[in-house]
Amino acid sequence: MEKKEFTITVFTENQIGLLNRIAIIFSRRKINIESLNTSPTEVESVHRFTIVISETEDVVKKLCRQIEKQVEVLKAYYNNGDEIVWQELALYKVSTDAIAEKVKVERLLREHGARVVAIRKDYTVFETTGQREETDGLLKVLEPYGLIEFVRSARVAIIKGSNDFHDRLKEFEYHEPGEDVIENEFLDKNEEVFAM
Amino acid sequence: METLTLQQRRQTKKHTTTKSGSLAVLEALVAEGVTTVFGYPGGAIMPIYDALYDYHHKLQHILTRHEQGSIHAAQGFARTSGETGVVFATSGPGATNLVTGLADAMIDSTPVVCITGQVYAQLLGTDAFQETDIINITTPVTKWNYQITDASEIPSVLAKAFYIAKSGRPGPVLIDITKNAQLQEFEYAGYKKCNHIRSYRPTPIVRKEYVETAAKLINEAQRPFVIFGQGVILGKAEKEFKAFIEKAGIPAAWTIMGMSAIPTDHPLGVGMLGMHGNYGPNLLTNECDVLIAVGMRFDDRVTGRLDKYAKQAKVIHLDIDPAEIDKNVKTTIPVWGNCKETLPMLTKLVENKTYPEWLQKFADCTAKEQEKVIKNELNPTSDILSMGEVIELVNELTKGEAVIVTDVGQHQMVACRYAKYNQSKSNVTSGGLGTMGFALPAAIGAKFGAPKRTVVAVIGDGGFQMTLQELGTIMQFDIDIKILILNNQFLGMVRQWQELFHQRRYSFTDITSPDFVQLARAYQIEGKSVCKREELKAAIDTMLNHKGSYLLEVMVGKENNVFPMVPQGKGVAEIVLSKDEI
Repeated sequence: MEKKEFTITVFTENQIGLLNRIAIIFSRRKINIESLNTSPTEVESVHRFTIVISETEDVVKKLCRQIEKQVEVLKAYYNNGDEIVWQELALYKVSTDAIAEKVKVERLLREHGARVVAIRKDYTVFETTGQREETDGLLKVLEPYGLIEFVRSARVAIIKGSNDFHDRLKEFEYHEPGEDVIENEFLDKNEEVFAM
Repeated sequence: METLTLQQRRQTKKHTTTKSGSLAVLEALVAEGVTTVFGYPGGAIMPIYDALYDYHHKLQHILTRHEQGSIHAAQGFARTSGETGVVFATSGPGATNLVTGLADAMIDSTPVVCITGQVYAQLLGTDAFQETDIINITTPVTKWNYQITDASEIPSVLAKAFYIAKSGRPGPVLIDITKNAQLQEFEYAGYKKCNHIRSYRPTPIVRKEYVETAAKLINEAQRPFVIFGQGVILGKAEKEFKAFIEKAGIPAAWTIMGMSAIPTDHPLGVGMLGMHGNYGPNLLTNECDVLIAVGMRFDDRVTGRLDKYAKQAKVIHLDIDPAEIDKNVKTTIPVWGNCKETLPMLTKLVENKTYPEWLQKFADCTAKEQEKVIKNELNPTSDILSMGEVIELVNELTKGEAVIVTDVGQHQMVACRYAKYNQSKSNVTSGGLGTMGFALPAAIGAKFGAPKRTVVAVIGDGGFQMTLQELGTIMQFDIDIKILILNNQFLGMVRQWQELFHQRRYSFTDITSPDFVQLARAYQIEGKSVCKREELKAAIDTMLNHKGSYLLEVMVGKENNVFPMVPQGKGVAEIVLSKDEI
């Protein structure tokens, strides 16, 4: 099987140390994480990791099972590029002089969907959001004009067919496992749970 | 509060509803039914030890001579009792000394809860005395770990720790408690056991349709073969497993960790799998048409070369851990769940059958192995003692009732090949990690886990010297274990590989030993060393009948090899019975 780009989405508790626990699942197997983002979700107290790696599907499937095995992980999914809507954000810092003299700023903004987020006497910061080709495109255009600094964010992705797991997340939130265990449903709220 | 002495603090506690973090830790252990703790004190865990001073009637503390000894003892305890082993250690080196044991417990799915002291929370990250980042150090080798910096977290976190360690696929948990949290007085609302964590599914939901398909495959099979691992023991499913193979009439082979789940002389038990397992189970893995794996994880020592492993067979894999499905061997039918639950479902659906011709094939293999290997190992024609004949005498004299704890190496393979067991949880060994030095401390714990049983620790001369300081623990607590050192004056397994694959270049495998009998005597342990066959049986008998611990050293052949063997990188069917075949 050939290596392809996959986006892994992991729904977790918000717990210190969990990032490391997830990261070492990759590093132990000498797999490079290309991009990693953590974010809240639509469900309060559930967090999500968006991880991009290039691997065979077989390996990605096994990785997801190992991730899901972690105590504080609710669910791990993997998707290829067709199954997700994804974006990255990039910032570009260029010399204001160079821009003002040589670049047709209006065209630049239009063609690359870019915005100016800061203008100072000595520098200007552009921002663009999109997929890799788009952020790279603007990079290419600005490079000749003495790009001072460039940074790109981690990928954020929405899974197209996500109704199922949204419901499942809700289920996790409200799941009542039975009379005898209901008190421990939200273990992290320990003072309520462990009152005798 | 800080100005109160511990004594004053203990007194004030009686009149209020507050408790110190340390007391909350001990209360948690008592509530979890813990009776024995293995540990070693030190600066950062002193408040817990101070509280323990008043708890000796409820909690027995075994002071080992090294933290590695504590955790291996806790593992031995867990393996023979089926309960969770508990360890106390201090911060820094105390905690890092646990790492080998944690890794061992992780790979062999042993339930252990380690409680480590940590420097004051305000000192975290300052390179304080005896500060190590034990949470990050132990993350890859724990099922779960957590650092407590506030005493109010103690009851709930310990409840989680015990629940996680024991439920589902068991494993080690480490809880690191900063010294301030141990000292801190807090409103104590009691301890409540945990039995649910929303993000944690210890046992996957059984898919009935998979059980049905699996049963159909089994019923249609001509040459079905069961291979089982520790999952049967951990799931307490020995009875269910026996009922399954007996009804279906399927031959069953065990992994080193599954050993003793069924009696070794069970008519359907065909032996041990793996690199030094029996001939038949390895060879015929590649002749079966349906391979039914129960609670085992297809370790490379079991499968040999994966692309030559059971390619002809449909594979049914019963496991509680979904991550094990398809990890190493592609499964035809995965049966997720605790085998205690899934096996009876399967038993109900399988037909009552026998496979006389198929079983005959195993019998033929056994006969061949008997002729080429076993005969000479158990009844050597030379004067030099073999490891096998020693184990055979232990079998005879203990009638298969003893717990056999082994270390790692040739003696381990020989002991596991030849030891006879009548009851479950009788084989304690470091299977996955292969930790030399495991046996002596594990035997100490095994005795606490099964106090009424004879515990024989079979150890090589190399491994014994890795943790022999635990003789001090045996002496101090008057623990009754029988130490059987099989001394071949070599690091035997490595030497065997050097002989077979490195042109006899014995690079640093020649190991000298002290006088083990004198050494034992220094620890007030009786002992004897034998090298003659005529003395052997009486010596083993003396060891077994001795009141209290006893050390018997048996001088065995220096360059004996363990066979059969599936050489590394070869398929299971390429198993060889002697050196000449390599």
